[in-house]
Order: sequence, then C-alpha cells, then structure tokens
Amino acid sequence: MTETAQPTETAADLRADMLRLREEFPALHQRVRGRPLVYLDNAATTHKPRVVLEAMTRFYAEDNSNIHRGVHALSVRATEAYEQARSTVARFLHAPSASEIVFLRGTTEAINLIAHGLAHCRLRPGDEVLITHMEHHSNIVPWQMACQHSGATLKVVPITDSGELEPGAVERMITDRTRVVSVVHVSNSLGTVNPVREICALAHEVGAVAIVDGAQAVAHMAVDVQEIGCDAYAFSGHKLMGPTGVGALWARQELLAELPPYQGGGDMIEVVTFEKTTYAKAPAKFEAGTPNISGAVGLGAAVSFIEQVGLSRIHAYEAWLLERATEQMQAIPGIRLIGTAPGKAAILAFTLDTAHPHDIGTILDMEGVAIRTGHHCTQPVMVRMGVPATARASLSLYNTQEEIDILCRAVNKVKEVFH
Amino acid sequence: MSEMQDLYQEIILDHNRKPRNFTIPAHANHTAVGHNPLCGDQITVLVELDGGLIKTIGFQGAGCAISKASASLMTEAVKGRTIDEAKVIFEGFHDMVTGVAGAEPEALGKLAAFAGVCEYPARVKCASLAWHTLQAAITEGPTQVSTE
Repeated sequence: MTETAQPTETAADLRADMLRLREEFPALHQRVRGRPLVYLDNAATTHKPRVVLEAMTRFYAEDNSNIHRGVHALSVRATEAYEQARSTVARFLHAPSASEIVFLRGTTEAINLIAHGLAHCRLRPGDEVLITHMEHHSNIVPWQMACQHSGATLKVVPITDSGELEPGAVERMITDRTRVVSVVHVSNSLGTVNPVREICALAHEVGAVAIVDGAQAVAHMAVDVQEIGCDAYAFSGHKLMGPTGVGALWARQELLAELPPYQGGGDMIEVVTFEKTTYAKAPAKFEAGTPNISGAVGLGAAVSFIEQVGLSRIHAYEAWLLERATEQMQAIPGIRLIGTAPGKAAILAFTLDTAHPHDIGTILDMEGVAIRTGHHCTQPVMVRMGVPATARASLSLYNTQEEIDILCRAVNKVKEVFH
Repeated sequence: MSEMQDLYQEIILDHNRKPRNFTIPAHANHTAVGHNPLCGDQITVLVELDGGLIKTIGFQGAGCAISKASASLMTEAVKGRTIDEAKVIFEGFHDMVTGVAGAEPEALGKLAAFAGVCEYPARVKCASLAWHTLQAAITEGPTQVSTE
C-alpha cells in the first residue's frame, strides 16, 4: 500500500495501486451465478478490507471485555481500543476534540438523536426546520417526527432536473424562524455534492443549528467539519469499509451539552438515586448501555485504511472511473441518467426506456453484477424525477474499468431481453 | 441465456409488453390496492363479482415485468372462475413461486411460466402482489394490501 500525497504519481500508477488494493477485500473475489462478482452497490454498503476483519477478530480473540467499568487487564485494553477508535474518527473528521465524537449505530441513529433532542430542547411551535428534496428518508422522517412533537414546520428546498439544489433557494427559504438546517452532503440517489459550507454559513446567519448527513461522503472525499462549519456531522461505518451497526456523530461540545440524553441506562450517568439522576458528560451521555465495541474497533481500522490510501487519491480515481462509466452508459440508446450534477460523486443512477429497474437488477445479477434498484430510500426524489425507481451503480476505490465494461455489456443484455 | 429465459419466458415478456385486461371494468363492484413499499410498485385490481363468480376483472398500475405479467396472466386465469376456484389457483401459484416442495406448476397452465421465480427470492413479491391484491378485493376485510 502506498501512502498519501504523492505529487509525482501518474494516473496509471494510481490505477495500478487501486488494483493492488482490491486484493485486500476477500469478499470481492468470488463468483456469483457462475460469473466473477462485479460489486457496484457501494452506496448501500461497502466491502471490508482484511485489516478491518482482522482488527475485529483480534479484538474478540484477545481483548474482549466490557469497557469503562472493569479494573482488570482485558477491560483496560478494550477501553483503550474503543477510545483509540474515537480519537481516530475525530482525527478523520478534523474534529477539535475526541470527546465530541459519539459512537452510535449509524447515521440514522445520529440524526434521530439530534432531531429528538432538538424537538425537546429547542423547537417550538412556529419554528422552522429546513431540509432538501434530495434527503434520504433518514433525514426526513426524524424531522417530521420532531416537528410533530414540537409544532415546528418542515420546509423543503426544491431541486432542479439535474438533481441540484435550486440556485438561491436555501438563502430564500431560511428565515428568522429557521432553527435547524439539515442537509445531505452527498445524495445517495443522485450523487450530487451539496455546497454544505455555504449552507451552514447561511444557517448560522439566523442562529440555526446546521447538521450534515455525511453517510455517502466520508468514503469518497476528505471531510473537515471545522472547514464545513457545521454543528453536527454524522456517518455510518459500513459505507466506509467498516462494519455494520456502528457509526459516529460529531457535534460541537455546546450542542452535545444542550441536547438531552437519547436513552437512559448504564454508562451515561454520574450518580443514580431513586430521587434523581445526574448525567455523564458527552460523549458518555449518549452512549447508554454496552456499545458496539468491536464495531468501533473495526471502524477505527477502516478509517485508518482509508486515511492510508488517501482520500484525495480515492477521489481522483473514482472521478476517473465515473467519467468512463458515464461516457459508456450514455452511449447506450434508451439509457437516462438520473442525477447529472457537475462534480458529482461516483454514483450512476439510470433508467432504461424498455425495462423496469427491477428487471434490470435481476438480469444484471445473472451476469454477476450487483447493483441496487428501487427508490433508494429517497421516494421524493423518484417523484421529482418522474420515475418509479432507478437502477443505481455506485463505485468504490476497488472497482475497475473492466467492471464498468461488464456493467455496460450486462445492460445491453437487458436490452436484448426487453426491446 | 438459459437462466434468463427461465425467468423471463416469452409469455412473461409478451404480457409485460401487452398486458391483458389492463382496464377498469364498467361494472366493477370489488376493488383493492396492492403496494410493495420496498420497490414502490402499486397495483389496483377491479372485479365484477356476480354471486361467487368473477364475471370480469381488470387491473391498473405500474411495476416491473414480473409484477405486470403476473397481474395480466392472473386476470386471464381467474376470469369466469368462482372465488373458491381462484383461491385454489392462488394457493398453487404461491406454492410454485415460493418453491414449496410438491408444487405442481403443470396444473397451473400458463401460470407455470412463473416457476423460475422461486430461484429469485427477491422477486417473489413481484409475482404475488397482484394475487394478494385480488384476494383482498374478493374477500371481506381491508382493501389495501402491502407485501411488507
């Protein structure tokens, strides 16, 4: 494995190194329905490099113990491993402090935690929550619930035909009643990269809390929460080559202090009596119960892996691959690409004039090609784009030009069946 | 191509392209809406029941080839049948697409074209959506069904 920032590295060197890295992912090297697996469902979840699998196995084989409570050696080691992962995630997001990182089940739980908390401590009738039309259901439904509870109103920034936020709409729709602006960094169904820095600045002009859903961003571009200027940023481990069931929320210390606990239980308290309980400080305040310790350890290993490859290199490689894929797919008659924002992430959603996305997905599966079909938990985007569903190929650093060729050949097979 | 032809048999492709009974029967007196929330497919089945007899049947909606062809072939299979006969056909169809041992596709006529679906668990709901919707339409109870 090469290290980050090699100014002399050529595009060919970069491609060769990514091919070498592909060897680190055991699950990629299998046959599906008699054909080599072509895994293009990375926006749903990514495969895991050996270092992640090994870190988790090693944790269970050697350090397994509960954290923050035992005085014995294993508990100390487990606690250290867990807290080390927290520091790794903090470094990864350029967070000012590891104590601002909360380990949760994933992005969904992180947004629920914030929405639930703000509904109780900040939102009042007449207040406004601003989201966008391209949010994942996990950044829509928690806010609907928060609005229902608090009497606040949910407002939605419209999107254009290419899948970008309507120019000027955020600025126009933020009012002095706006208390929360929650926006997706990279759209999972369109690939659009939103101008989160500008949006957060606009939110702060009216004193609103600015939240960014980073689920689709962290594996593909460098994220610096201080540079973005958000108040909270959430992501899931499994989209970043880590395990499922673990993710992280970064939020400013002041916000974490203001938010009420999300769940009560062990590890989130200072003193418990039947009359009154005082809560621990963040992040413990939001980590009731035994957390996903091995998951956090695996997530830490995944982050280190990504850092070692280098996000600027990953970004450059994926952009190159996306350009190839876009060119080749556009050359197929009857293909309509859904989401064509300039500079978008390596997500290629499409429809075919003669075949429903599910039939595309099944025939591609017969060719060993794994894609996602459906509404991608973004039903409002489907309605906006006037499609019942889309087929989505989403790329990762381990995908190859050859796999793009196989994808396109498979799409042509769909056209042979459905003409 | 054999795997592909097992699932996408010519009759399925034909009914996808030209769905039969894709109409709203003028004298429909029973109807239900079926929904597959995982994929967004939606289908409305409209039936004119005359006593226990399915006199006419039509459907509306959008979905994949499997769900559309299944609805189309279903309308052909149950038209002119009694409710009880339709239920027996559905049971046979359901056993076939879910791969129940002892299922007898040959007894199902044209519907045997869906025998390949049992190899694709993710598509069983596509094939059975219309049938669940029909069942909701012709029996007492809710007229909205969901595959989930």
